[in-house]
Amino acid sequence: MNIRTLTFKGGTHPPHSKKATESLPIERANEPKVVVIPMQQHIGAPCEPIVQAGDEVKVGQKIGEAKGFVSVPVHSSVSGKVAVVEPRLYSGGTAVPCIVIENDMQNTVSDQVVPKGDISVLSAEDIKNIIKEAGIVGMGGATFPTHVKLAPPPDKNVDTVILNGAECEPYLTSDHRLMLEHPENVVFGLQALMKALGVKKGFIGIETNKPDAIEKVFEAARGIEDIEVVALKTKYPQGAEKQLIYACTGREVPSGGLPADAGVVVNNVGTAAAVATAIKTGMPLIERIVTVTGEGVNNPKNLLVKIGTSFRDIIEQCGGLKGKVGKIIAGGPMMGITQFSLDIPAIKGTSGILVLSEEEARLPEPSNCIKCGKCVETCPINLMPVNISMYSLANRYDEAEALNAMDCIECGACSFVCPAKRPLVDSIRVAKREILARRKKAQSK
Amino acid sequence: MENSRFLVSSSPHIRSGETTQRIMLDVIIALMPALLAGVFYFGLNALTLTAVAVVFAVTTEAVMQKILGKPVTVNDLSAVVTGILIAFNVPVTLPLWMAAVGSIFAIAIAKQCFGGLGYNFINPALAARAMLLASWPVRMTAWVAPGTDAVSTATPLALVKMGADALSGATHWEEGVEAVGQTLPGLWDLFIGNIGGCIGETSALALILGGAYLVYRRVISIRIPVSYIAAVAVFTLLFGRFDFAAAIYHVLAGGLFLGAIFMATDYSTSPITPKGQIIFGIGCGFLTSVIRFYGGYPEGVSYSILLMNLATPLIDKYTMPRKFGEVKKSA
Repeated sequence: MNIRTLTFKGGTHPPHSKKATESLPIERANEPKVVVIPMQQHIGAPCEPIVQAGDEVKVGQKIGEAKGFVSVPVHSSVSGKVAVVEPRLYSGGTAVPCIVIENDMQNTVSDQVVPKGDISVLSAEDIKNIIKEAGIVGMGGATFPTHVKLAPPPDKNVDTVILNGAECEPYLTSDHRLMLEHPENVVFGLQALMKALGVKKGFIGIETNKPDAIEKVFEAARGIEDIEVVALKTKYPQGAEKQLIYACTGREVPSGGLPADAGVVVNNVGTAAAVATAIKTGMPLIERIVTVTGEGVNNPKNLLVKIGTSFRDIIEQCGGLKGKVGKIIAGGPMMGITQFSLDIPAIKGTSGILVLSEEEARLPEPSNCIKCGKCVETCPINLMPVNISMYSLANRYDEAEALNAMDCIECGACSFVCPAKRPLVDSIRVAKREILARRKKAQSK
Repeated sequence: MENSRFLVSSSPHIRSGETTQRIMLDVIIALMPALLAGVFYFGLNALTLTAVAVVFAVTTEAVMQKILGKPVTVNDLSAVVTGILIAFNVPVTLPLWMAAVGSIFAIAIAKQCFGGLGYNFINPALAARAMLLASWPVRMTAWVAPGTDAVSTATPLALVKMGADALSGATHWEEGVEAVGQTLPGLWDLFIGNIGGCIGETSALALILGGAYLVYRRVISIRIPVSYIAAVAVFTLLFGRFDFAAAIYHVLAGGLFLGAIFMATDYSTSPITPKGQIIFGIGCGFLTSVIRFYGGYPEGVSYSILLMNLATPLIDKYTMPRKFGEVKKSA
């Protein structure tokens, strides 16, 4: 194996905390009795429900139609009867229109689900259409519609596709297990994405703390000349889009620009596998691998979960909650979103459910900034988090903007390393929101 | 499995084990070799002085915070570090009450009056040293030679200065020292600290050990110490008309290692940008060399660091790192 080891500048080393689940094979979760399928599981315009209460639906049947280009359809993950269409709470923290389906446990597959034929006969347009119709979004957690990434503006010269298998978030192992158990789908998906974009260079980047995955994917990609498997130094945030692009290609995405400005399109390995499934079987994105882990779960697992299954159902299958629970997090500990309820559905972007004990979740008391500069050294974007944060906390957003607050990728590495436990990324987020609000206001005038 | 009481907060949800207290503890550990060297060369009085300085620093911090109605944070150990550094910057003969006055000044005036930890704009220990030197110049320069008999002596740099004054225009730096009837200690004595000087500054060896520990623990980077010491070597070489022996002497003599490793690296008063730290170190080295060669004062480390402290906000402002992606947008 001749594999390059690459990385970016800055970053930090949180404990991996992956031991609990990294060697556990993916298990199919129990059939949920009810699924709650949100019409908005992606960045962009929400879907329009195309079924009503009382309708019979089948597995893979489209139940929400995309509205606009930056939007994707939503499909039923079970067969059964639509109970109600109403707003329900989802992991983003707000209520969105959801289709609630009672599972008939028959798993009758919709006749819309048909294999799409051999990839060699599919055109780039065909592939993009399949991806859009399958409701595929970025499965690393950002949930940006994949077909939009595949249609860069014509003036951008995209020549590279990178698959993100870094999984730099501690605790999460869903991508790791996917690469171990279905490396052929990952490679197939990358080939499809490359064909859709008409590019000749593909990378699969995997952190060095997953040597078995590197080996498996390397084997699966053996003999495919235009795909290079690269090892990435285990460092947070190695899987951040801009850092990954820099590590693989040495190119910097211009400030305020898109990966396409650096000639690159990045997709998660999970997304690539979903693309492979959509082409090979015709099954749209109706299930995903979720790592259920943390001190507060009795039996951590990697579960293949149907979209719309509640966190409560999922955690119950993992032996339920353990001890005093502090936080329920959708995603990983560095960028995941805390939940105040268990009655929310797993969606396309739910890479993990992390349960922290009360002790682990205790919020540290911030003390005076000692100006140690660790946040400056760590920031992968070379910002000065301490200064932006100080201006933000003083409501001086113009100064925060002058210090490039808008370039912050919110990876949280600064807050993680801060010895004084200052709310660095928190206050920078506030500044970003305020700056955006002001820009909007200025525009509308 | 009830829904009650799940904590909701913004990410990240885990924090590193690093704390302010741990950092200060590391600095204290790193100062121990130099303290041992001080006790070894100057006797137990060095320890007493250090203890007094520490006790007064910590007490002043607690009292000031109470008076100012702030939470008392002496547990962060920063006042302990300041206390040790004050003792390290005075001669062992200094009356204990003067060390106490130094500690009170450092914490009450230089630190707490400006907002406490992280907000002070000059190094509190150096501010105390400058205050003591201005108030009791004779007591602050009452040096003794290492050993139990406490024979008064001059520091090597003071000898060099005396020599230069006595024999202006001397072609060789050592000639001046000989002209005033003195001999300079050898380089080895300078390195291990067997010379007259402040309690914590004489042993370059002990200070380097401590510095290596701090670098290993990633408490400090090598940027400031190395650029500072290298700059002193370069500028003394230039000012001394390329006399290599003189340059090496200047690097090892005086408070350079104490200053470069423990004082110039003080977080609050040195730049946070990597480039700024190098500029800061070079600036300190330049000023130290200028003071030693052209000033009226044999040392120069503490004043040059204090002066550079004042320039720190400016340096930070102009050395902001180039942000990632600050490149021309592809057409």
